[in-house]
Amino acid sequence: MNSVILRAGTRYLAPLLLLFSVYMLLRGHNEPGGGFIGGLIGATGFVLYAIACGTAEARRALRVLPQNIAVTGLGIALLAGLAAALFGDALFTGQWLFLGATETEKGLPLSTVLVFDIGVYLVVFGAVLTLVFAMEEEI
Amino acid sequence: MSWLLATPLALPFLTGVVAFLLRGRPAGRWISVAGNVALLAAAGLLMARVLQSGVIAGQMGGWPAPFGITLVADYLSAVMVVITAITALAVAVYALSDIGARAEKLGYHALFNFLIGGVTGAFLTGDLFNLYVWFEVMLISSFGLLVLGGRREQIDGGVKYVTLNLISTILFLSGIGLLYGMTGTLNMADLAGRVAAHENQGLITVVAMLFMIAFGVKAAVFPLFFWLPASYHTPAFSVSAVFAGLLTKVGVYALIRLFTLVFTGDTGFTHHILLWVAGLTMVTGVLGAAAQTDIRKILSFHIVSQIGYMIMGLALYTPFAVAGAVFYLVHHIIVKANLFLIAGVADRVAGSTALARIGGLYKSAPLLAVLFLIPAFSLAGFPPLSGFWAKYVLVAAALEVQGWIIAAVALLVGLLTIYSMTKIWAEAFWKAHPDGRDPTLAQLDPGVRRRLLLPVGALAALTLVIGFYPEPFVTFAKDAAAQLLDPTAYVVAVLGDPS
Repeated sequence: MNSVILRAGTRYLAPLLLLFSVYMLLRGHNEPGGGFIGGLIGATGFVLYAIACGTAEARRALRVLPQNIAVTGLGIALLAGLAAALFGDALFTGQWLFLGATETEKGLPLSTVLVFDIGVYLVVFGAVLTLVFAMEEEI
Repeated sequence: MSWLLATPLALPFLTGVVAFLLRGRPAGRWISVAGNVALLAAAGLLMARVLQSGVIAGQMGGWPAPFGITLVADYLSAVMVVITAITALAVAVYALSDIGARAEKLGYHALFNFLIGGVTGAFLTGDLFNLYVWFEVMLISSFGLLVLGGRREQIDGGVKYVTLNLISTILFLSGIGLLYGMTGTLNMADLAGRVAAHENQGLITVVAMLFMIAFGVKAAVFPLFFWLPASYHTPAFSVSAVFAGLLTKVGVYALIRLFTLVFTGDTGFTHHILLWVAGLTMVTGVLGAAAQTDIRKILSFHIVSQIGYMIMGLALYTPFAVAGAVFYLVHHIIVKANLFLIAGVADRVAGSTALARIGGLYKSAPLLAVLFLIPAFSLAGFPPLSGFWAKYVLVAAALEVQGWIIAAVALLVGLLTIYSMTKIWAEAFWKAHPDGRDPTLAQLDPGVRRRLLLPVGALAALTLVIGFYPEPFVTFAKDAAAQLLDPTAYVVAVLGDPS
């Protein structure tokens, strides 16, 4: 689609959407949000870009093949589940690290659950873009 | 303990991810082979443990039983995982020479391993919703494999396949929802107790029928099998071999699992329907095959007819009959996958799988002829091959409970199976090649020949082993059936001892 308004709008919207998707991903840890919805929002940024400037341009901006992103995400999610083996727990048991925790302070919680969510984010992001790019190019 | 259960499930996915990132490179294919060797080892360890200590269960994520996802392995699950690993390894080796560069570039090896992961997941899970997830994993990867390459007939077959399977998925999901609403649990061991204790047994039977239809589509029983012969002859030979060997059997497995563990309240009704289904499936499948003239189409209809035998074992619902069903499952997966692989070799050397356009294989490729005879005669039930014992157990079990008609049907269908096999034999092997071509195996590159014939030979050898030493396998099948018909050990392994 060749529209100046859309192109100009996309220039502001796409980065905002990507930023918001990361916010949703991190927020999903304790509140509504998470990897799945974050991945969808992130993909929207690139979908918008593909509609405004063409898929070739969007693919160039993405730099990596979307299907590779999806499968890498699957690998990350799987590794997050397998990490439990190091601690002798069952598959997909969450492993927690509380950074800077003291007697009274809980500290910054880091966990394999978050890593799993990042994997989900990448799977959804990559899969949606694979589909949308393929369909855009077909038309 | 839980890792013993989780490894056969996680390995194929790990293999798939690595194979996808290395797709199109030679390393990608070998990763797939190596991953499946590891899967076979993991399956062997699991089997050894199950043989040693009976039913084992593990809670994923550390959540206790009725709340989290449970993985369970009893004799049936363990043997299904082992047989899946064997088939997967055979097909992975065969695929080295069967899958073209284009399909590899599109991620064949990744999809193949995801499919295997879905299959082992379905066999190991002890949670009904998780079973649905594995069915979806299988559906998505198998659809990808089916249309890989994108020829017109592939898309045509793929659309039929996916539409009918989606309908089954919706029924499955509705059944899950209703069952959860009635009992408040989806853990299968937990369901076993709660379904039996539910006050409205009529409603339970209605839900049981939903599951029967959903799994019936997956297992390709009469009258729900039409997607199978419409799609199985279109993809690459490795793909149709793994589909033919494993996919419908997951449906059969799910039927056996649910109708021995959960829905056993009104067996007079549900299993009576299953018995009719079994008989009609056998007959329609074998008659459908008689009308076909393409090797893969004939074999596809025979899958349908053979599924009938397994359902028959479940429907008769005696220890001996269920043992027959388990034995039949194992025997059938090996034989059927092998026949499709052989069809692939025949296509390679003779130029087609349409019976009218090939011939002369017996004279030019006697080795292939022998390799074909073993699974083909086993399928038809010739003594002393594995299919003979499988059919023998089932027919004997039917006679035990005075099921004269179903026993007669089983024997008659066996006879008609021989008709189809001799048709393939006479047309593809015996008559001269219509174009005067000399379809020798020597025309293949030695490396290709080795990679195509090694898995075929190994599976044929396995058929012979089961045929000549059926005793340990029958004993195992009887033990598996005893576990299925008395699920106490299963429930205790998952939920812990109530006392």
